[in-house]
Amino acid sequence: MIEIIATGALATVQDHGRGGALKWGVGASGALDNLALAAGNILLGNDEHAAGVEIQIFPFQVRFLEDCAFAITGADCGASLDDLPLPPWWVQTASVGQILSLGIPRQRIWRASRAYLCLAGGVDVPLVLGSRSTQLRGTFGGLEGRPLRSGDRLRAGARANGAGRGGFGLSPPALDLPLTEGGLPAVRVLPAAEYAQYTEAAHQALWNEPWRVTPQSDRYGYRLDGAPLHLIAPIETRSHGIVPGVIQVPPNGQPIVQMRDAQPSGGYPKIGVVIEADLWRLGQAPIGSRIRFRQTSWDEAIAAGELNARWLAEARRLADLYRGRTGSS
Amino acid sequence: MISDQPRISVLGTSALLFEAPGETDLATQERIWALAKEAECWPEIREAVPGMNNLMLSFSRPPACCKPIEDRLHAAWTAAVPMRIEGHLVELPVVYGGDGGPHMADVMAHTGLDIDQIAAIHSAPTYVVYALGSHPGYCYLGGMDQRLATPRRKTPVVSIPGGAVSIGGAQTGVSASAGPSGWNTVGSTSMRFFDPALDPPALLRPGDRLQFKIAKVIR
Repeated sequence: MIEIIATGALATVQDHGRGGALKWGVGASGALDNLALAAGNILLGNDEHAAGVEIQIFPFQVRFLEDCAFAITGADCGASLDDLPLPPWWVQTASVGQILSLGIPRQRIWRASRAYLCLAGGVDVPLVLGSRSTQLRGTFGGLEGRPLRSGDRLRAGARANGAGRGGFGLSPPALDLPLTEGGLPAVRVLPAAEYAQYTEAAHQALWNEPWRVTPQSDRYGYRLDGAPLHLIAPIETRSHGIVPGVIQVPPNGQPIVQMRDAQPSGGYPKIGVVIEADLWRLGQAPIGSRIRFRQTSWDEAIAAGELNARWLAEARRLADLYRGRTGSS
Repeated sequence: MISDQPRISVLGTSALLFEAPGETDLATQERIWALAKEAECWPEIREAVPGMNNLMLSFSRPPACCKPIEDRLHAAWTAAVPMRIEGHLVELPVVYGGDGGPHMADVMAHTGLDIDQIAAIHSAPTYVVYALGSHPGYCYLGGMDQRLATPRRKTPVVSIPGGAVSIGGAQTGVSASAGPSGWNTVGSTSMRFFDPALDPPALLRPGDRLQFKIAKVIR
């Protein structure tokens, strides 16, 4: 069990998302950087779909109320356990009473904005409609359907093989799987249904101009600022199912990329969709930073997903190897 | 927008979107429900989610190629027989205008109607729940009088309260909880539409009907 000592707004419990409830109007939620959450669980030997804590405002501090192995992934927050500095993407064991502190993300080696804290056995909150992710709009899931606050306590799930091992880490996907365009972080995009109904200038801007992540960006959507994207003629589309990654363009021409807390349906025209395999990259883009869109194909998008899966498989292999070598108990 | 062929497009690698041709109507929606029932049994499909005369199919894992599923969708659509659903009828009292209807003036300006006409026209039909979406328990309704059609707002509103009755394009609906919206809010109501502890968690489902009653008009 851990107790939150200090937290900014909107730290939430997230797992890999809530599938199968779209038809009730329930969006999937889930970690914005799904690779980071999965990697944290892999470091601990957890099911990689176990729940963890997503942190986006710092500093963040927790006290361990029992001995517990934990992992930190995502942004490099200069973490420390009491006075012991911890490398990023690291698994460690904590003793009862110790305090884990995460500071403002360092942007030196890779740019990122969200950190993940995983516990051996996973963060144990009730399953609601098949998931532990916080559904902020519906105020259910996670811890009482709300962001965490100081004084909250989170229990670690039951664990078959002891307290877990610490003292090793992973190289982050931001370094292993870099993707840039014109010197800026990039995400790959497949054109969507209304793509052809945008002007040539809009197409040029989409692919060739930088897009700034505005302060009105959150787990629901990233509102981007750049050259306005205009339709050749106005259209009203009928409300239809959408997925995280859809780039909606309201009439003001400024695109909104739907993120994990996105509504499961919408009606604004769609110029493209950020592919599932790259959503973690966008989820880590800091407010005020600039990104680029790169046009991709179905085959490339599928290959990108397979590359992510291979990265996770390799992480699992390394973690198993390390635990096997040191786990003589 | 209106063509005579269904249109299929991809939503990244996560889903396919099938859009039926023609004007939005109930007979088409009944075929969409039938198509959803069939497609949700296909092994590649995680969930079949009806929209307004359209259907999103999310993938359990993205296929190497979408063509076979697209062909199957076209064939299933051609063969789809309208699925009649005998749903519940729910009455919902609405306060039109005032603080609970902050965009009433915009709808009046766009439609050229006064607030009493808008309340009367809006509460006249029995609306059919075509689909759920947007947020937990929210219903997309079919049957709005097209004299009320008003474009979605140029910039979405950061938050509208639960129970807000709003118009977006040719559609109308009632928000089930507070959150962002691009629609024009013309009134308010109070009703609990969603409880995750219940099975099913949503109060209404496709095929149910909704009747708005004028509780009050605030001029």
